[in-house]
Amino acid sequence: MNILRLLDKLSNDKFFTAEASRLETLNSISSFGKKAAVAAIPLGLGVMMSTPAHAETKTSSSAVFATPLIDALQLALTLEYLEDEYYREGLAKAGLIPSSDRVIFNQISKHETAHVAFLKSTLTALGTAPAAKPTFDFTVKGAFDPMGDYKQFMILAQAFEDTGVRAYKGQAGNVMSNKDVLTAALQIHSVEARHASEVRRLRNQKGWIELGNGGEMPAATNAVYNGEGVTVQAGFNTATAFGAAAGSAAYDEVLSTTDATAIASLFIV
Amino acid sequence: MKKTISVSNGAATLDTNRRNFLKLSGVGLAIAGLALVGCNDDDDFTIMENGVFDLGKGDVGVLNYAYALEQLEADFYTKVVNSFYTGISEAEKQVFTDLYNHEVIHRDFFKAAITGAAPNAILPTLEFQYPGVDFKSRTSILATAKALEDTGVAAYNGAGKYITNADYLVLAGKIVSVEARHAAAIRDLINPKSADFSGDDVINAMGLDLAKEPKDIVAAAGAFFKTPFTWKERGI
Repeated sequence: MNILRLLDKLSNDKFFTAEASRLETLNSISSFGKKAAVAAIPLGLGVMMSTPAHAETKTSSSAVFATPLIDALQLALTLEYLEDEYYREGLAKAGLIPSSDRVIFNQISKHETAHVAFLKSTLTALGTAPAAKPTFDFTVKGAFDPMGDYKQFMILAQAFEDTGVRAYKGQAGNVMSNKDVLTAALQIHSVEARHASEVRRLRNQKGWIELGNGGEMPAATNAVYNGEGVTVQAGFNTATAFGAAAGSAAYDEVLSTTDATAIASLFIV
Repeated sequence: MKKTISVSNGAATLDTNRRNFLKLSGVGLAIAGLALVGCNDDDDFTIMENGVFDLGKGDVGVLNYAYALEQLEADFYTKVVNSFYTGISEAEKQVFTDLYNHEVIHRDFFKAAITGAAPNAILPTLEFQYPGVDFKSRTSILATAKALEDTGVAAYNGAGKYITNADYLVLAGKIVSVEARHAAAIRDLINPKSADFSGDDVINAMGLDLAKEPKDIVAAAGAFFKTPFTWKERGI
């Protein structure tokens, strides 16, 4: 099953049941790496989709009912798998990344690999099997050539990083019930923002997003930047002082589960 | 004027799971703009002990904390743009002008937000000092900017867990990623084409950025604050 399609359906809230809030209290993830005593159930999501009544009789039932918290982590993991694979491929491609830029992409790649590992252990510690790595097509059926053209490689890198920032932000409400997960999510989210800033600057753009425009990005990436141009925050007009570009750049916007899923799905076979 | 609607911190915390569930079910709690959620009547007046302002309790305390840090950054960059350091490039001028813009916007946002939510509990305008900082020196300004931005990131990352209102958390989230973008840009100016933008000095082996307790942030940034304040709830 395509995890992203499942996540997409799950962003329809009616799938959450009263079980959800009980499960969220089950776990503090203070001991990372500690394996939970749970069989490898592939994404309780699938079971949940059919009917919540079919509870597993294992000691820990947590894997059966996905919660907003678990879904958020699975979405994050999917995005990290994507980035991790992307940078590995790019770095392995002879002649793609100029030597002057390799240090930067090596650092980014190192972090994405670490994020995959971290999210997998977090999910495991919470009693859920981490989503499997999807098969990616970074060419989007031939529309892009990121592994053959460095400019395109950087364009997609920027798109992925800016998406990551917005996607994590969009899940804040879903993870805030678990303080450890929330803090870790914030700590990953700011790293993605550092990455985004750096890749943008490599492309001679500003490190921040002004208006709703990615900065010399192709129309195919519009979904990543839609909504970034807002200039009102909780009733406060952020454009008054210095104009719309500054006002919009001072805040990064959320991406909903649906929108983040849609973007990632473009690159999944 | 005291608000008639008050939701105590205790209830908000205990009911967080339920509230998230309710929100997700579409039976949302009406949180209009910056209504006074997460504050009780005790927060509705300025707390001064021996003339020293206390940031307050619950979400108001966290908002005031963010406001204090944004005041610092805004103050610093205002000084920078009012007298750019010797030999500044056009590109660097652009970066510092943007940083100045963003931090002033953040500061004014918090001022408006807290004034709306808890007008009698808002942190006053603070005074700052910059011991050892040479505003004519590129090295000094970049180093100070780097410290301030990294501090901002670590502060927001460490304070997120103390926020009980989901809307406030999202707002803080919208700001912290911009601070991280700033931090990366400054680090890139200091050491271009290096790994420093997201260096091993701030990102650990698990790929996690810094998250610091308010106590540690205030201790680290203390030298810049001329006006003292406390945050008793957080042990400061």
